[in-house]
Amino acid sequence: MSPAEDRQARLSARNGWLLSAPALVILTIAAIGPLLIVLVYSFLTPGDYGNVVWEFSWNGWKSVFVEEDIFEGTLSLADAHLTIFWRSLSLSILTTVLTFLVGFPTAWWIATKPPKARAFWLFLITLPFWTNILVRTFAINQIIRNEGVLNSLLIWAGVIDSPIQLTYTPTALLIGMVYVYLPLMVLPLFAAIDRFDMRLLEAGYDLYASRWQVLRRIILPIVKPGIIAGSILVLVPCLGAYVTPRILGGGKMMMLGNFIELQFGQGRNWPLGAALSIVLLVIVTAALLIYVRALSGEKRHG
Amino acid sequence: MADVTIEARNTIKAFGQGAQAVRALDDVSIQINRGEFFTLLGPSGCGKTTLLRLIAGFEMPTSGQILLDGADITDLPPNRRPVNTVFQSYALFPHLTVAENVGFGLTMQGRPKAEVAATVAHMLALVKLEAMANRKTSQLSGGQQQRVALARALAPKPKVLLLDEPLSALDLKLRKEMQVELKRLQTETGITFVFVTHDQEEALTMSDRIGVMSAGKLQQVGSPKDIYTRPVNRFVAGFIGETNFLPATGGAGGAKLGCGAVIDGVAANGAVTLTIRPEQVRLTAAAEPGAIPATVTLLVYFGTDTHLHLALPDGASIVARVQSPATGEAGLAQGQQVGLRFAPGAVQVLED
Ligand SMILES: Nc1ncnc2c1ncn2[C@@H]1O[C@H](COP(=O)(O)OP(=O)(O)OP(=O)(O)O)[C@@H](O)[C@H]1O
Ligand SMILES: [Mg+2]
Repeated sequence: MSPAEDRQARLSARNGWLLSAPALVILTIAAIGPLLIVLVYSFLTPGDYGNVVWEFSWNGWKSVFVEEDIFEGTLSLADAHLTIFWRSLSLSILTTVLTFLVGFPTAWWIATKPPKARAFWLFLITLPFWTNILVRTFAINQIIRNEGVLNSLLIWAGVIDSPIQLTYTPTALLIGMVYVYLPLMVLPLFAAIDRFDMRLLEAGYDLYASRWQVLRRIILPIVKPGIIAGSILVLVPCLGAYVTPRILGGGKMMMLGNFIELQFGQGRNWPLGAALSIVLLVIVTAALLIYVRALSGEKRHG
Repeated sequence: MADVTIEARNTIKAFGQGAQAVRALDDVSIQINRGEFFTLLGPSGCGKTTLLRLIAGFEMPTSGQILLDGADITDLPPNRRPVNTVFQSYALFPHLTVAENVGFGLTMQGRPKAEVAATVAHMLALVKLEAMANRKTSQLSGGQQQRVALARALAPKPKVLLLDEPLSALDLKLRKEMQVELKRLQTETGITFVFVTHDQEEALTMSDRIGVMSAGKLQQVGSPKDIYTRPVNRFVAGFIGETNFLPATGGAGGAKLGCGAVIDGVAANGAVTLTIRPEQVRLTAAAEPGAIPATVTLLVYFGTDTHLHLALPDGASIVARVQSPATGEAGLAQGQQVGLRFAPGAVQVLED
């Protein structure tokens, strides 16, 4: 490197740090600080009326995974907790898959509209964000309950004789989550498809690819960054979802977010709540790592 | 009878509805022979791309048929036509390497891996890109991308290769190189090429036959020499190369120009337009008997050639192309009086 280049590189590095300093300070105080507190709390002893006693204990972490029988003192796997983990994970993954299946054709359709119409449809997609999530979730509940719009319509159309019990079932939860998180899938997909060169489709057909092969060999690999971004944007908040499972699950379908809240409330077990929060964080981080890995894999090729 | 590969029969393609409908192709019939380098030439918007897209199957004709080896393929989708396209934008797959791009068609046809690899290697050698096999297409120069697009379209050995202005994005020097390259590839593979351009020089140098189009209609089909020396109408004459148009009146003795000079051996009746190429206009001494007198109004120097703009006695103007004078030799000057003669048989009568 010539001295001039060297100076320029150093200058731009210094400017970079200066420019990002405000963000770094806020992130440190607002994210890492509380996180450390949570980490410390997870190793303390629960207080009698909530809060913690400053006494080291492994119990918070132990009870994440194992249960101690009070009478016999034997340890067994915490089935209830694992069920909640599993439910959170499976429902979140299912939600992600469903939002993709619904969101991809939607995003494609919008991206192939003339520019003016596109803005309109994107506006409609983001419209639910303008309403409080609580209101939206109650609205879903109104639609799917036994006397709700959905069941009335189906009965009227003669598809079913008696209403389907949807409220407080995993299906209800799934419907609600797909509804709430759909825009987060559609927007990054739209951005990726918008950049997709439609002329490649003709090149694909010209080279003997069927419609399905064009989708699998050309469209999906090229819009992959959008798929990954959308999936992460849906999966991460799903894992920590709180309001939707609370209302649509009616307390029966507890997910991680609700379970954590329970520990800080009625459960009065802050260390367990703190440990669970960190488990959630680890799951989310793992998901993000997969994302970064997939993206850098993309980079390595070109 | 010639061996026809691809044929369009009375194809009409209209875009839009009702009053706004545009006939991009207006009753075009064309037969392209096996193994020939056929060029579609015409100004922008004359329907060249539309004809190519009909052959490729990207568009359906409003009426008419497309035939391949005598079989009607009008209703076949593009992925079931043994016809490949080199797109003007190249349309290379950005997520695949050069080799994967070239092998794409073969893979989609379900050929065995070993065969695909062998063909890809052969194709890359043919376009001299062996060293680039594992690069992403975004890391290639324009000329290299062009070659990948060619190799990709040639790899499945199509019966017809369609090329839509493949060279227009390249700079002049590269374009000349690729012209030679294309011609070589066509000879080596023996595949029928249908090449689209609006560059008449490109068309003349590369083609076995040329189809000249204008406003959705096929004006003339013929060898480059045919088209250049025997244009059927004013459009073709004006579009291919430079030419002079002279109004004249036909009669028994020949055609009489506005200035009174009579050109023998031209069979025409009534008011006609004559055309003569600038290089067929011969200069003589001003006083030579039988020569048409003219005045030099402008000299345009082109290196080996010089274009002389000349005024005839009645004010009509005509351009002559002559060899530039050798170094040290005195040339013509503006305002000089000269005589003109037309090479025998060089004057064509045009229907308008
Ligand atoms: N999809 C379409 N919808 C409406 N009109 C079209 C469409 N495609 C082509 N046209 C019209 O058909 C005519 C012929 O177009 P075409 O693209 O075939 O011209 P071209 O000869 O390839 O021109 P260029 O040299 O500019 O590429 C034009 O008037 C064009 O506006
Ligand atoms: Mg075109």
